[in-house]
Amino acid sequence: MRRSIKKVAAGLLATMMIGTMLTGCGGGNKKDSASSKKETSEINIGFSQVGAESDWRVANTKSMKSALTAKNGFKLSFADAQQKQENQTKAVREFITQGVDVIAIAPVTETGWETVLKEAKKADIPVITVDRQIKTSDDSLITAWVGSDFKKEGVKAAEWLIKEKGKEKGDVNIAVLQGTIGSSAEIGRTKGFKEGIKDQKNFKIIASQTGEFTQAKGQEVMESFLKQNKDIDVVVAQNDNMAFGAIDALKAAGKTPGKDVTIISFDAIKAALKKVQSGEINAEFECNPLHGPRVAELAKKIMKGEKVDKIQYVDEQVFTKDNTTKEVINKRAY
Amino acid sequence: MAMVEKIKNKLRGNGFLLAVTIVLFFVLYIAGAILYGDRNFTSPQVFLNLFISNAGLIIAAVGMTFVLITGGIDISIGSVIGVVCMMLAWMMEVKHMSAVVAIILVLVFGVIFGLVQGFLVAYLKIQPFIVTLGGMFFARGLTALISSDMISIENPTFLSLANYRIYFGFITYYNNRGVAMHPYIYLSVVIALLVVAISFVILRYTKFGRAVFAVGGNEQSALLMGLNPKVTKLKVYVLNGFLASLAGFAFCLNSCGGFVEQARGFEMDAIAAAVIGGTLLTGGVGTVVGSLFGSLIKGIIETIITFQGTLSSWWTRIVIALLLCFFVILQSVFKSIREKRLAQGNEK
Repeated sequence: MRRSIKKVAAGLLATMMIGTMLTGCGGGNKKDSASSKKETSEINIGFSQVGAESDWRVANTKSMKSALTAKNGFKLSFADAQQKQENQTKAVREFITQGVDVIAIAPVTETGWETVLKEAKKADIPVITVDRQIKTSDDSLITAWVGSDFKKEGVKAAEWLIKEKGKEKGDVNIAVLQGTIGSSAEIGRTKGFKEGIKDQKNFKIIASQTGEFTQAKGQEVMESFLKQNKDIDVVVAQNDNMAFGAIDALKAAGKTPGKDVTIISFDAIKAALKKVQSGEINAEFECNPLHGPRVAELAKKIMKGEKVDKIQYVDEQVFTKDNTTKEVINKRAY
Repeated sequence: MAMVEKIKNKLRGNGFLLAVTIVLFFVLYIAGAILYGDRNFTSPQVFLNLFISNAGLIIAAVGMTFVLITGGIDISIGSVIGVVCMMLAWMMEVKHMSAVVAIILVLVFGVIFGLVQGFLVAYLKIQPFIVTLGGMFFARGLTALISSDMISIENPTFLSLANYRIYFGFITYYNNRGVAMHPYIYLSVVIALLVVAISFVILRYTKFGRAVFAVGGNEQSALLMGLNPKVTKLKVYVLNGFLASLAGFAFCLNSCGGFVEQARGFEMDAIAAAVIGGTLLTGGVGTVVGSLFGSLIKGIIETIITFQGTLSSWWTRIVIALLLCFFVILQSVFKSIREKRLAQGNEK
């Protein structure tokens, strides 16, 4: 028994030695590879994505992947964080040690980035955030942000609802399916909507809970809303997947979504636009996920040393039954 | 005396499992170095990042090891980490308490949490799974109760702790962009390594450590040996509660914020790390060094997948699953061999 332990220990030692030898070799080559990288104009970009929790997100990933191709002069390292911030900090940290040229982050949460972004700054790597924003004490940690004006989306939704229901007598009971708490989309849309309906005395938010941007959770939360409150007039789902869940829950409860209950949703993915056309969703507030081309353009400019605007909003629309034609739906790529 | 011999045997058996884990870690590291050597995989910082990114996991896995050795389990630690982060953020940002007081209070909270769970397990003989399932729900619920919104920590003392780096100034390397870098670690790594070292000594060389193994190996025999299994178990859960809150502190040094969803499922990672490190879920066998390497193996798989760049990061889970399978089979083979040997010994 004892002898076998010694054998294992010897083997272990040998492996460790080989390990250090290899480390040594790798270290020596480093400078060569650095200089060869500079000659080719290929841009190494690391992209840390939230996950694949919704169709919107999948479209966003697709857009990024199709814009940051070798053909366009990029070498993309893609990391899916599975909706966990700790995975994201790990991935970003690896990008930094890999020494990528640009880091793009679609952050899971707005905060908790100080430490790792400081590491990026120290390594002289510019950071572009995509979709959700990051709060930092030091502005210089982030070079640019590409995304939607979530608060404006919320305000627009409120304006639309006031136009639709503002003149009704009696209370308008609103239930809100919030997104992942702490995400920019949730914060912006909640804030924008609340501010938008502030002066509308008969609008009452009677229930508000997170459905974590997923269909299953959206349905579950909607079911519990329906158990607690019989008369919900409006459902505001902060993304389409939760709206789908809510529609299923309403149908199961014997209500007609779009008629008995007004449904407002955000994102405007293809499947949701179909529901706008069929009348199950009353209004869709677009959140454009096609950030890839803008990020590619930004990365190239940054690498050339050009100055870029810190905030880059993408264009967005409102869809109701009136302007949602077959053509619009067919043109939708996601 | 027979009992002492038995324990010794077990330790020896575990030595082999531990060696397999350590070898596997270095095999993975070398594989990564060969595959991605041209992309800085071999830079010292990549190695140190394993510790930086997994400091919380290492601490939690060490605590878990103690619990698993007694034959128990604790599935509440992910939630405890979550609530610790939230409490830290809330105390410092909403209640404007000093960082030091907040940190001490969460550590005390961890101890009390462990004390309650330990009491229920040891004295009321409730299944540890059920007790800690309750603990898990309680702590997660408490997190949401404190604040359903995310709280970001801006306390200067805490941030300076979080950003405090210990540089290895004597090593210099260049990243792909030609910037000179010195490898560094954070405070959380120091805490994690201290926890490993101290726990190693406790488990290996103290009376308490031997009692932990004895209770996990065979509670009846432990009782006959004059040990008090109840007290030992209680102590283990208290220690684990403390380590879970310490892991939460290390985790928070990395995330600098409190958030309802934080560290969800973390307990499973800690269990996986301990099992890969050679700890038996049936109790009586395990080492903290094994759990350290178990955590690092999870880290290195993640690192390799990030360097690969195109693989879905869900592959981490799949590889971990395969490794778990491998180690569980290895353990059961090992156990049956040992039992045979013991039986032969008894016949003589």
